[in-house]
Amino acid sequence: MELLSQHAKKIMEGCKERARDAGLRFQDDSLEYIVTNRDFLQLSPKNMIPTLYDYWVQDVEVLKDQGQYELYPNNPYETVINTRPPISFYNDNNPDWLNVMIFYHVIGHIDFFQNNLYFRHTWDYDFAGKALADKRLFAKLRSEKGRWVDYVIEFSRAIDNLVGYFDLLSSFAIEKKKLSKIDYYFDVFIQQKENHTIAGYVAEIDKYNKSMREFPQNGEALFLESVKSKYAEFESLYNKAVNENGQGKRHDLLQFLMEHSEFLNRDENKWMLMVIEVVRSTSLYFQPQIRTKILNEGWASYWHENLFLNDDRISGHEVDFAVINAKVTSMPRVGMNPYALGMRLFYYLESQANAGKISYDYQRIADNYRRKNFNSETGGGRDFIFSVRENFCDSMFINAFLDQDFVDLHQLFVVDKRLNKERMTWEYYVKSKKAKHYKKMIADSLYHPPALTINVDDDNTLVLNHVFEGKPLYRDYIEGTLLGLEFLWGTKVSLYTHEAELIKKEPGQVKDGQREEERKIKWKRFRYTMKDRKMTRVVIN
Amino acid sequence: MKQKLHALYRTLKEKGLTPEQDRKIRYELDLLELDRDHRYAPAPVVRNIYQYNDLEMLHDASPPKLLALTTVQSLDYLLEKDKQREEDGFPRKIRVGKMVKPSQNGDDKVVIVPTTVEEKLVHDKVRLNEEGEGDGDDQGAGEGGAGEGEEGEVIGEQPVRPEQGGQGGAGKGEGGEHDVESNAYDLGRILTEQFELPNLKDKGKKKSLTKYTYDLTDKNRGFGQILDKKSTLRKIIQTNIALGRIRARDKIDSRGLLISPRDRIYRILSREKDYESQAVVFFVRDYSGSMGGKPTELVVNQHVLIYSWLIYQYKNQVETRFILHDTEAKEVKNFQTYYNSTVAGGTQVASAYSLVNKIVEEESLERDNNIYVFHGTDGDDWDTKGDKALPELEKMLHYASRVGITIAENGYGISGQTEVERYIRKSGLLEERKDVLRMDVISEDTNETRLIKGIRELIS
Repeated sequence: MELLSQHAKKIMEGCKERARDAGLRFQDDSLEYIVTNRDFLQLSPKNMIPTLYDYWVQDVEVLKDQGQYELYPNNPYETVINTRPPISFYNDNNPDWLNVMIFYHVIGHIDFFQNNLYFRHTWDYDFAGKALADKRLFAKLRSEKGRWVDYVIEFSRAIDNLVGYFDLLSSFAIEKKKLSKIDYYFDVFIQQKENHTIAGYVAEIDKYNKSMREFPQNGEALFLESVKSKYAEFESLYNKAVNENGQGKRHDLLQFLMEHSEFLNRDENKWMLMVIEVVRSTSLYFQPQIRTKILNEGWASYWHENLFLNDDRISGHEVDFAVINAKVTSMPRVGMNPYALGMRLFYYLESQANAGKISYDYQRIADNYRRKNFNSETGGGRDFIFSVRENFCDSMFINAFLDQDFVDLHQLFVVDKRLNKERMTWEYYVKSKKAKHYKKMIADSLYHPPALTINVDDDNTLVLNHVFEGKPLYRDYIEGTLLGLEFLWGTKVSLYTHEAELIKKEPGQVKDGQREEERKIKWKRFRYTMKDRKMTRVVIN
Repeated sequence: MKQKLHALYRTLKEKGLTPEQDRKIRYELDLLELDRDHRYAPAPVVRNIYQYNDLEMLHDASPPKLLALTTVQSLDYLLEKDKQREEDGFPRKIRVGKMVKPSQNGDDKVVIVPTTVEEKLVHDKVRLNEEGEGDGDDQGAGEGGAGEGEEGEVIGEQPVRPEQGGQGGAGKGEGGEHDVESNAYDLGRILTEQFELPNLKDKGKKKSLTKYTYDLTDKNRGFGQILDKKSTLRKIIQTNIALGRIRARDKIDSRGLLISPRDRIYRILSREKDYESQAVVFFVRDYSGSMGGKPTELVVNQHVLIYSWLIYQYKNQVETRFILHDTEAKEVKNFQTYYNSTVAGGTQVASAYSLVNKIVEEESLERDNNIYVFHGTDGDDWDTKGDKALPELEKMLHYASRVGITIAENGYGISGQTEVERYIRKSGLLEERKDVLRMDVISEDTNETRLIKGIRELIS
């Protein structure tokens, strides 16, 4: 790995200027490295971060890629990392014009990293530096504790997808405000009373308003006095609520273990806490990237296309560019290319916003002809997509903006396969061209870790309840995960979850023309218990 | 071909078949009827959004081929670590799969694939049907697509029974993921050492001249590389006795002894013949229609592992022969053809056994070789009672060091009820010739670990 040559760096500084003029915002300095394919192979299991902690599974990953490389060569992995300053990587045999194109793409990513609110928690420190410190910590611990460090890493990583990423984000978003008595009374207290009715609630509000009207100075205090005289317990419940709210930060599973596991808090095991915290913070750092794949790649592709084509220095390479760009941004016949989808959505939104179509006026129109010709010439498309890049993540992006017009425009559809019994083939066919279905299909394929609630039983069993969202857990992995959890918790662990079971319809009910194997499923609740490294699975009803 | 099979079917039917047997045979005949000439619209390659990434998409040039960085040492290290895990009370995490990388000239490479997974709690799809058929009414289920096409239009198709092999198909390790380049010999070593497969107790007495080594074994008088002091001294004493300088019962004065130049005895470098045991392995595979898909994969997988193990045991002194059979048997020349071939025909195990016997006889292989025969089948046999197969098998047992039969059940019949399994059990050969004949029955959902266990069964 070596730094980019001065010659290329100079070209890239020119790119930065042009990008700034176009409105992108990012920090001045950046680091660019020339890497060989071999470097890429070794960096990839570490998510391209050279200083990430070592872990044996990464070795297996490295092994994998070398072999795979031999068999079916391809070139995987991300090319820029979100640190301060951002670091990007370039193949050692790239020509200048290609590096410029890649660099514009990289600038798009950097702008996204540094402005999208889902990355808020990564803005304040240099991850590469922190990772280096963590790596050294692990190396030191390994020299003392040997392989047990790797076990703790493994078991913490088994649940590192359940980190409280959104809890962390919300701590940036919400101003810390003390809960007022009035808010507590109306928002919580009377609504929790057993005999509360809407009429009663309205009456209370009337009473409060009346009090405020009659005594503008101290109406609120008087109202609260009357409440206190009516409900003696109000004051103490309020104080309790305030206290709870104060530490009302929810805990994710790793935090919970760190705080409540007796095993981890024994003196001889305290070092494990450090390991777990590193795994947790590393996971939190990577969370936004996987949740903004379509947006991030779409944004970067939008900009590399725009900026490259407007760069006067590299004219003459338009055809070369077109070949690569077409590869990057074409929609596959089947499958979903996040670059292509994201970029098309950005272009679409820009043109929609330019025509003033992102408005209530437009949405009210049902007439197809009028919709087509609607143009209030409001402009501001660029501003709109900048606000999207700041405030959205993939699921919101897809949900809010992917509509039938877009699906029709780009001829998108949902593909499925079915069995053709005569020919004994799987047929891939166009299943639906409706935006609703396309949206659902994407939503289902987006990253979505399960949610768990955490409790502890009387006999000190850690009880996890998988919040049911119409999806089962992947069964083969439950055992390994619970095994690690039992180790970290120190004693028995249970997990409640739902699994689907098939109910076959009676043959008589099948109508003609319908598929024979109409299926219905029934959800059953199961309890997995891990005790002494043995797992049991029981149906609960 | 078709007529022949149908004729065979009719004669069998006249002799009487149970409905179950009839059904199986008809199934294979039906497969034959399928229009093999039909051209398929290519099946789409489906990738999800997280499989796309910058380096692949943006960096243009296809990178130069990389040499494997990691040596087998690091694989050993991983496996050593894994063993330690077991001792620490956690289940093993590394699975060793392998890939066969086919090449045009038949020089296939076996690639060892250490695989592992990071187990996490993750959401799964509702899997009700193993084949992955679409989810019925749910219009939002499926993959994304783009381009021309109306709802309901077919845009691609794929045979249900995929063609065997192709891109490393048959030997693909679990998940086809992590791998390191190595060769069959190393895989054999790993199997032997890490998975504690037994060493061959007796490699057999049949030895053959394999190579010459050079060693200081010959003696030469007068000149040579190393003076053999003991022999020289003996010679000197002989000379002196002859000369009368040493007499019985007299005291010997060594200063008075004469040394003739020819008394000096040297060791001299010489060519030695080196004998080693060697083996011939017959891999026999049923490639009839009913073997399609999983059974073939399992059988071929197991045969790769056995092959590797034997290569290691015999220090590369293994000759392999590949035999495929349906109702007729034929020998194919390399492993690639062996695992890639597929045919839709009936099944007659006897044909293969008799071919093996014929080859052994004609080439007099039994004189100089230890002979191993491994047969993989799904257990179907039109010769339902084994009338023809059993005599051939018995004949084989006379000369073979080991005959291992793997029955990979194809899921059409009832488990433990396949013809081959039944008639072999019934024949009593399994007990009678326990030292030579072994059988292993595996189901469709067998994994790597089970396969290795099966090999232990077959070779121990």
